[in-house]
Amino acid sequence: MADYNWPEPGKTRLIGRRINRVDGPAKVSGAAKYSYDLNLSGMLYGKILRSPHAHAKIVSIDTSGAKNLPGVKAVRVIQEAGAEIKWAGDEIAGVAAVSEEVAEDALRQIKVEYEPLPHVVNEEDLTKVSGREKPAQEQLKGEPGEALKNADVVSEGYYGNAVITHCCLEPHGQIVSWDSDDSLTVYASTQNVSGLAGQLGEALEIPVPNIRVYCQNMGGGFGSKFGIDRWGVECARLAKLAEAPVKMMLERDAELEVAGGRPSLFANVKVSADKDGTITGWQSESWGTGGMGGAGVPPLPYVLTGIPHQKRKHTFISTNIGGARAWRAPNHPQACLVTMGAVDDLAAKLNMDPLDLVLKNTDLVGERKDVYREEFMKGAELMDWRKKWRPRGQKRVGHKAYGLGLGMHTWGGRGHNSTCSLSINPDGSVEVNLASQDLGVGTRTIVAITAAETFGLALEDIRVNLGDNRLPVSGPSGGSTTVGGVSSSTRRAAQDALEQILNRTAPALDTSPDQLIVEGGRIQVKGNSSKSISWKQACGRLGVNSITTTGRNPGKGSLNSSGVGGIQMAEVSVDTETGVVRMEKFVAVQDCGLILNMKTAESQVYGSIIMGITYSLYEEKIMDDVTGQMLNPNMEFYRLAGLGDIGEIVVHMMTGPGYDDRGVIGLGEPPVISPGAAIANAVANAIGVRVSTLPLTPDRVLAALEKGGVA
Amino acid sequence: MEAFEYSHPKSKEEVVSLLGSDWGTTALLAGGTDLLSLMKDYIETPSRVVSLSSVKELEGVSYDTSSGLRLGALSTLDELIDSKDANREYPGLVQAAEGITSPQIRSRGTVGGDLCQRPRCWYYRGGLGLLARGQNGKSLVPDGDNRYHAILGNSGPAYFLNPSSLAPVLVALGARARIFGPKGAREVPLSGFFLAPRKDGDRENVLKANEILTEVFVPPPEGMRSATYEVRQRESLDWPLAAASAVLKLNGTTVESARVVLGHVAPTPWPSRDAERVLAGKSLTEEIAGLAGQAAVRRAKPLSKNAYKVRLAAVAVKRAILRAAEGAI
Repeated sequence: MADYNWPEPGKTRLIGRRINRVDGPAKVSGAAKYSYDLNLSGMLYGKILRSPHAHAKIVSIDTSGAKNLPGVKAVRVIQEAGAEIKWAGDEIAGVAAVSEEVAEDALRQIKVEYEPLPHVVNEEDLTKVSGREKPAQEQLKGEPGEALKNADVVSEGYYGNAVITHCCLEPHGQIVSWDSDDSLTVYASTQNVSGLAGQLGEALEIPVPNIRVYCQNMGGGFGSKFGIDRWGVECARLAKLAEAPVKMMLERDAELEVAGGRPSLFANVKVSADKDGTITGWQSESWGTGGMGGAGVPPLPYVLTGIPHQKRKHTFISTNIGGARAWRAPNHPQACLVTMGAVDDLAAKLNMDPLDLVLKNTDLVGERKDVYREEFMKGAELMDWRKKWRPRGQKRVGHKAYGLGLGMHTWGGRGHNSTCSLSINPDGSVEVNLASQDLGVGTRTIVAITAAETFGLALEDIRVNLGDNRLPVSGPSGGSTTVGGVSSSTRRAAQDALEQILNRTAPALDTSPDQLIVEGGRIQVKGNSSKSISWKQACGRLGVNSITTTGRNPGKGSLNSSGVGGIQMAEVSVDTETGVVRMEKFVAVQDCGLILNMKTAESQVYGSIIMGITYSLYEEKIMDDVTGQMLNPNMEFYRLAGLGDIGEIVVHMMTGPGYDDRGVIGLGEPPVISPGAAIANAVANAIGVRVSTLPLTPDRVLAALEKGGVA
Repeated sequence: MEAFEYSHPKSKEEVVSLLGSDWGTTALLAGGTDLLSLMKDYIETPSRVVSLSSVKELEGVSYDTSSGLRLGALSTLDELIDSKDANREYPGLVQAAEGITSPQIRSRGTVGGDLCQRPRCWYYRGGLGLLARGQNGKSLVPDGDNRYHAILGNSGPAYFLNPSSLAPVLVALGARARIFGPKGAREVPLSGFFLAPRKDGDRENVLKANEILTEVFVPPPEGMRSATYEVRQRESLDWPLAAASAVLKLNGTTVESARVVLGHVAPTPWPSRDAERVLAGKSLTEEIAGLAGQAAVRRAKPLSKNAYKVRLAAVAVKRAILRAAEGAI
């Protein structure tokens, strides 16, 4: 067994460099096929009829009109008469037809009679949610009442953000094709290649090994695509009924109504401090909704967990909206907004620069305080914070107000369970097989980099096979766990395979295996480049048998770990006449242990910031009290940031001693946590008054200005 | 989308002969940027779609100093933006077209389509009808989420916003619309083209179901300066939260005459005589422009969630006036 480790930093050819995605050309040219792009012979199109009511009982369903429509091959009732519907968009019936248009027409021929029931779809105003409250948490630490009473300064504020959706560019969905009576193939857009068959097998009561799952390319999940979902099961049932493959990808409206949702969080907060800025107490009463089910409890106070005296109460409000799903760093962005907003208001009350206030209180963050200090210093340098920062409402050019804000965040990101098999073949080719998935973030590339680095080969010499559940089991991509998992299993398999090929090659070079190194596609004797053999020749000596190894995570050797910190700073301008907020500059400083591919690591941070700007300024699932429906289930009024809206973005990844030696840590989530806090605080700094809730739309900004800002 | 018959006639006479005399049975297809989504959402379910793409006489942007600008209904927004004449003589018109920040829509979308597109009201687009009536026959808008609804001309039953980007500036420029129908051609001032529906079945303009808009004529500017200002949240494609166009005739810094028309505040483009009166005869300053903006919204009656739009409309008017006067004051 090899001694598993990463190569020494500074001595790598590939690891840590800026490397293009191996599947980039295929994606840019359109050769890469997503589930949406696949078309099977004889394939039908599936659609789902959804409830227009947020809360209702089904009185009757008549599907005869749909069944009689030419081109319709299967119709299924999903929820029978008598069922209680609890949100608009819930699945009522499904059809499969020869075209999408016929399927849509068929849905309109299904007659459903509903008995409407009272609904609640908005939760910010607690006076209108009577009977929907469920206590979720009540915790006490120390003596917060005393701390607040005895403090030099107490800041009191209200903070929150609306429910938003995941809004994946590729919606949820799949194609299901039955191969026999009890076996099928599913081409799914999923974050969970290895886990999907178990869910589908249970629902359909067929053996799990009879289910083949493919997901070669994927257009975003953000935590919303771990399950087969009801539409996946119904797609399979329709395909069986119709005796033909069925493609069912969600329409954009359903995608936004029912296939994604980040819980809201609203909080009344009191935070206390001594004159010098030492934070002493925290008190929060918070609430939020994630639909009818639970949504987790936000970790308040966020990051500054060491505040000595705390009282926290959280209430869950059940509402008649599509259910919440894990949204990139579940509950962290909301908790960060509330906490860092309160800290920013406290700084204003203390007449302190918020940067000084957080630096004063880094002891409260625990063991990683030095990392945060270092990151804040780097961020301040990149933002030119010390030169630019002014007290609230003091930087104006005409009707434009400028401001700075900051946030800080944390995340785990330990590598998940992953198994891979790696083969070195007699023709010199190398393949790595694992049932993982590449959500578009560069997982294929990471696996190839790891293997190529280990064997001294070029990236294109490695073939990575993933997105197929017949390959060795690898975990779902959630919690920023994939990179640590797949790189560790690959590295272990590769180091084992390397040991074997060196053992086999040593006699040919008349030396012992420990004297051999791999470099530039050759195996050579250390310090003697004339004694070498090409990789291909060495593999040719294997005869007919490949070397095949299995790598696992967790396993021996510390290849990955957990726990990162990051800080972000935003600079905004606010048009004080219109309330329109523009991003000027955004700085993100992030650590994530050993970085395997600097390019895709930075790319994760850029993507996070754009997503963060989007939820800070634009995104909101707008629910109508009157109809109980989502009013903006489209890309027109469910706004996302475009290129002109994001300003300048500066990303700095922490590397070097203290970082690289921690092994690989996941990065998908942490950088999306702080933007809400940083941007909301920058707006408060610009206009002199807090805009309490995200998104920071012109109506909210103008309302805050009217209450007492510097207009 | 329900099955439909598709026809592509070559003349406006043929087009008109293919159109039904009742709304809803036939639909006109120009750029398709609105119609296709309406049909996919079953808001429009025509049994016949009449494409205008082969009717060459509806194309083209042309200008001469005596008659002014002619915009064929089929001319695209890009053609308007690319017109040197339009840029020189009617900057406010080009600015309005540029406000449509989607290259795809500017490329496909037409002048006629911009003027005749249906409202973006989310109740209407959600299938609840142009007047968004609930089961009791009452409009859903006053009690519902009306953050993007009218602040002027909103005594009902219509609460939606006229969605056109070009209409305010064209009205301000004194444009005329030429209409063709079974009885031949007729012309109306664009200011009289748009209507607020008063009852079910009413439409948003004077066109009958079997009439088409063929051309828009804009008189020569004769020294008038024009500008458009939109308050939009995003730089990328977004609907304005409020917009205004101003057409000014200045003598030195003194306003000889002014036209001010607001967009995205009412079911029709909204000319403001109040704002024009503030400006007339005054030496134009930022303060006067601001007063004109306030005058423009004096009669606004916001709904429960759109008071912010009153302020935005006033700012749009002020900024449109100042933009029109740029370099002169």
